[in-house]
Amino acid sequence: MIRLEKRPQPSKLWIALTPVLAVIATMIAGGILFAMLGKPPVEAIRTIFWDPLFSEQFAAYSRPQLLIKAGPLILIAIGLSLGFRAGIWNIGAEGQYIMGAIFGAAVGLAFYPMEAFYIFPLMVIAGAFGGWLWAMIPALLRTKFNTNEILVSLLLVYVAEFLLQSMALGALRNPDNSGFPGSRNLSQYASASNPELFTGTGIHWGVLTAFIAVIGAYILLSRHILGFQIRLTGQSERAARFASVNPKRLVIFCLGISGLLAGLAGMFEVSGPSGQISIDFNAGYGFTAIIVAFLGRLNPVGILLAGILMALTYVGGELAQIMLGLPAAAIQIFQGMLLFFLLALDVLSNFRIRFRKGGIA
Amino acid sequence: MDLSSIDLVTLVAALMVASTPILLAAIGELVVEKSGVLNLGVEGMMITGAITGFMGAVATGSPVFGFLFAALSGAGMAFLFGFLTQYLLSNQVATGLALTLFGLGLSSMLGQGYQGVRPPSTPRLDIPVLSDIPVLGQMFFSHDLMVYLSLVLIVLVWALLKFTRAGLILRAVGESHDAAHALGFKVVRIRMLAIMFGGACAGLGGAYLSLVRVPQWADGMTAGAGWIALAIVVFASWKPVWILVGAYLFGGMTVLQLKLQVANIPVPVEYLSMAPFVITILVMVVVSALRGPGFVGAPAALTKVFHASN
Repeated sequence: MIRLEKRPQPSKLWIALTPVLAVIATMIAGGILFAMLGKPPVEAIRTIFWDPLFSEQFAAYSRPQLLIKAGPLILIAIGLSLGFRAGIWNIGAEGQYIMGAIFGAAVGLAFYPMEAFYIFPLMVIAGAFGGWLWAMIPALLRTKFNTNEILVSLLLVYVAEFLLQSMALGALRNPDNSGFPGSRNLSQYASASNPELFTGTGIHWGVLTAFIAVIGAYILLSRHILGFQIRLTGQSERAARFASVNPKRLVIFCLGISGLLAGLAGMFEVSGPSGQISIDFNAGYGFTAIIVAFLGRLNPVGILLAGILMALTYVGGELAQIMLGLPAAAIQIFQGMLLFFLLALDVLSNFRIRFRKGGIA
Repeated sequence: MDLSSIDLVTLVAALMVASTPILLAAIGELVVEKSGVLNLGVEGMMITGAITGFMGAVATGSPVFGFLFAALSGAGMAFLFGFLTQYLLSNQVATGLALTLFGLGLSSMLGQGYQGVRPPSTPRLDIPVLSDIPVLGQMFFSHDLMVYLSLVLIVLVWALLKFTRAGLILRAVGESHDAAHALGFKVVRIRMLAIMFGGACAGLGGAYLSLVRVPQWADGMTAGAGWIALAIVVFASWKPVWILVGAYLFGGMTVLQLKLQVANIPVPVEYLSMAPFVITILVMVVVSALRGPGFVGAPAALTKVFHASN
């Protein structure tokens, strides 16, 4: 007879240990999956987790890719984690990411072909504003009309995707490209581009911003009254009300900051690694960031590590596609499994497992 | 611009077909939520049902087996969600999201090689006598089996919740799991059954998309239908009859915007395609604004974790 006994307080040890266990469990389950697909399991796992970092053949290309992919994931996940802690569910970061990219790119393209130092900063502001604006829709609907923010934020992702298509085909289309969809390439427009800052590292302004966001979130949560209110609301809504936390203000703040950071991520992506607004510009970072936030235990430092790990599965997954012909969807399943295992193993942080013979259930 | 191509008979008939996937998924999710569980994985279960139903129908040559496959795989996915949330007490919002992400990946992998394949066609079932009524017959009584089944399901769920002991127990579990537990009801078991029923319905809805509505397999073909179903449950204030209204309203908008696209009205296609989503949001806002802050329509124990302490 197995019984679960609630711990008076979540175990610190298990909170730190479960992500590691979840990764190991995912590797095993993933290996079985790959074996079922007829691919050598050990080699596949090595290709995903080891080769991007240490293989002589690929590391030179893969290592910078790691930070390029980790940057947006961390930036978005940091924002989401604040809301998730307080029980405010923004699951539409993908849409806010797209809006950030559209706003940022639109400002940059408006100045084309003028060169000036202030164009890029203006794009950064516009991108942040776009993401913030998109997140304010569910936030205000929630606070004014009590509309479910989970569903509104998610449905707005689809609206943003159609808007992106319309922009790539219409307003932001490159006029010199004989009717092909997609905007001008911003990475070839010096004043609006977000280049690699240190050769061979993959670090661009977005990656630096992600690091700053990690530090900012850490300070906010451990030193600032707002961070305290977020943590308190998450632990006990009733206690938070007695501590005169304004729940509406918290919804606006949490959704706003996560939208803003997602918008920034989109803007840095469109002006850097991606380079242009295209129909399929968004690559699902907004959704993967949800996994990153949980894998990082909603903790800024944890998210930093989780973001890098998740970026590794992207880079390694691409490598495994080329080298072993592993289908792209297998990596998506892999990431989904990781979140499953993490949520399943989390029971160990909050409960003790007691074995007992017979007895009353 | 040519609006003459839009006639009411085909519009209503198409509306019923377009609404059925969402109707099926939403009525299933309603039962789940009535038991006090929020499963955000509807989209993932639908897309899994879409591909497994497609595979089953292609392999056996029979759409009936396809739908059976889809219902089973939907229930299987739901079991995974139920196991995590009910036995391992994980967060329902996060687990539901994980189910959606996982289902999208799984379906995309299973679906390799099924692009461009045509499924066996699902026969139309004209209801005798009624389908011969001019105009109305063609609108309402000349569909395939699943359309009728979805309507029967609505009536059944409504009757179950309103008139039966089982329905009362389900509602009790959803309102206060501690009270239900104290009365001796098996909260976890009841919830697991509700969750798996919801999964089976979502699977059927997905298969209806790939086998009848489209009918083809494409990656991510549910395109938000599962999320719309979730929104419709909220819109319906957890009442079965209103699920029908919500789903048909949404189906109507989808069909109308498709017809308008064909009719070449001077609005870009992208804006027409986004309209159903925008309108769903607006409807949700209006409904929640009308209810006011004091309204409690959701089952009281929704998303709360149940752990029997003794």
